[in-house]
Amino acid sequence: MQYQSQLVAKPYFIAAIGLFIGQIIFGLIIGAQYVIGDFLFPEIPFNVARVVHTNLLVVWLLFGFMGAAYYLVPEESERELYSPKLAIITFWVFLVTGALTIVGYLAVPYATLAAMTGNDILPTMGREFLEQPLITKVGILLVVVSLLYNVTMTTLMGRKTSITIILLMGLWGLAFFWLFAFYNPVNLVLDKYYWWWVIHLWVEGVWELIMAALLAFVLIKVTGVDREVIDKWMYIIIALALVTGIIGTGHHYYWIGTPAYWQWWGSIFSALEPIPFFVMTLFAFSMVNRRRRDHPNKIATLWALGTAVTAFLGAGVWGFMHTLAPVNYFTHGSQITAAHGHLAFYGAYVMVVLAIISYAMPIMRGRVANSPQAQLWETWSFWLMTVSMVVITLLLTGAGVMQVWLQRISETPMSFMATQAELEIFYWLRLIGGGVFFIGLIVYVISFFIKGDITYLSDEKTIKKDAVQDAEEGKTTEEVAPSAAEVRVEEEAKPVVADEDARPDLSFVPTETSAEDKPTK
Amino acid sequence: MSSVYFTKSVARNIFFGGSVFFFLLFLVLTFDTTRKLPKSDHRENITEEVARGKHIWETNNCIGCHSLLGEGAYFAPELGNVYKRRGEAFIKVWMQAMPTNAPGRRQMPQFNLTDEQLDDLVAFLKWTSEIDTQGWPPNIEG
Repeated sequence: MQYQSQLVAKPYFIAAIGLFIGQIIFGLIIGAQYVIGDFLFPEIPFNVARVVHTNLLVVWLLFGFMGAAYYLVPEESERELYSPKLAIITFWVFLVTGALTIVGYLAVPYATLAAMTGNDILPTMGREFLEQPLITKVGILLVVVSLLYNVTMTTLMGRKTSITIILLMGLWGLAFFWLFAFYNPVNLVLDKYYWWWVIHLWVEGVWELIMAALLAFVLIKVTGVDREVIDKWMYIIIALALVTGIIGTGHHYYWIGTPAYWQWWGSIFSALEPIPFFVMTLFAFSMVNRRRRDHPNKIATLWALGTAVTAFLGAGVWGFMHTLAPVNYFTHGSQITAAHGHLAFYGAYVMVVLAIISYAMPIMRGRVANSPQAQLWETWSFWLMTVSMVVITLLLTGAGVMQVWLQRISETPMSFMATQAELEIFYWLRLIGGGVFFIGLIVYVISFFIKGDITYLSDEKTIKKDAVQDAEEGKTTEEVAPSAAEVRVEEEAKPVVADEDARPDLSFVPTETSAEDKPTK
Repeated sequence: MSSVYFTKSVARNIFFGGSVFFFLLFLVLTFDTTRKLPKSDHRENITEEVARGKHIWETNNCIGCHSLLGEGAYFAPELGNVYKRRGEAFIKVWMQAMPTNAPGRRQMPQFNLTDEQLDDLVAFLKWTSEIDTQGWPPNIEG
């Protein structure tokens, strides 16, 4: 770790993982309620458990993004964080607000919670994913504004890289579109229209900027590929994401009372939405193939590759599956939507946060990377969680196809509840899938406590050995060997650090691709 | 990715230019939609009752189990067209009879709504069922 203040990211990541566990527990509860309808009723009705499940997801991802920003921005800006103290205060404010909100959901009926928290003054509650009480919504805004102030000041006073610019754009956009959470007109059609400005323009808009920035950062670190190359890919990906994704909002405007022309705009643009995800997959694999050295943190690389592939499957392929208006006419609001939602969120956002945690956590714990033993555990958790999520998605897709067939296409359509009874086998298997996912998550948590043969950052031998190795590769001592204590993690991982301004000649690097990757100024 | 002409700054310009252009286009479409909405949402029929009904819908987190115009949870039936599917009387009686406590069956809580609140909720569901949704859902089952 280069800057002491990057350590503020640590509590954010720990909280993220803690809330992730909570999210999955509540996921298992609602998964069980799908097959045992009266499970935990009336103590925890389905709607309450679902709110906890989805809200915890959003909040822990926000914790992850914030931790990532506090970790990444000082390193990219090459200076300490503007105010580490503010970051820690913000952490506690967010954690307490989040915890009280969850307690509120579970402790009192939702209507009571709404009455207690001033929902009559400014009604914002009771809309999917925006169920938070007004106070919580304001709290989230303040927390994000505090983060923005802190990281923006840090960036302004330090080095500005493409990665920080895109990350900041993503975070500012996140704050801006959150404002629409406070707009809840009486007219349901308008309500829904602008509700999507939070939901869609977050997950298929500004969050993609955050994801691209985090992925680019991790890939620079673990592959050592020239920053100029990675930046260019990043810009291409986010250009494609926003060019397709903004008008792609139209795929939510087919059947909610909006004009019919949205079926054309939505279908055409969202049919293109898989492209950025496909390019992201090419990007991740191409960077890893061109890597300049083998970073000892193998599992962070695996998470980064996993993000690209699973996001392509979940957001790209499963999104495309039901995005064309004539298809969506039948699949809208069915289990197909649930299938897509699960794999897209897991692939794009859960995995990218786990990638940055996987990269940064060992460093914050004074390690170059976790021991091979700990990484083996984490690798198991990667496959357990990823495979079970893919299986869950396939099962929900099966359920969705059957549901659409029985309830919407059939000559003699069955009622919703009668159809649900027919889908029971899918839901049972899905619950088992959820159980495997939970085991994967436990394995993930255990991996943090596996010691094994750790290489510590302070271990001078390693650094010297690296320096020797670098010398053998033909590098001059000036390039690699400032005093051992000053050696950055980044350089330790990859001796050739290419800043935009002062870039060393890379022609000695014996890869086929590096020559053509040189900047074409 | 290695063309002499396609540099990082070209990629950056495409990103900024493309995003701004398509966001502006989105705003234009939003403006046009806003102009056309009164024809499909029949806002002239949004009475005090409908407004109160929406508030009841929200403060009891109905969306946590049901879907409304296809959005929400998929645990319980679509209610965008429930007024047409079941009618006023059924909706009221149904809500008063909850929970069924039938073993193993999905359970809906008792929300203890007053008669006036039930009227409001039904008014909201009636107005919702009259929104022009381009023919969705495919049939009355939702």
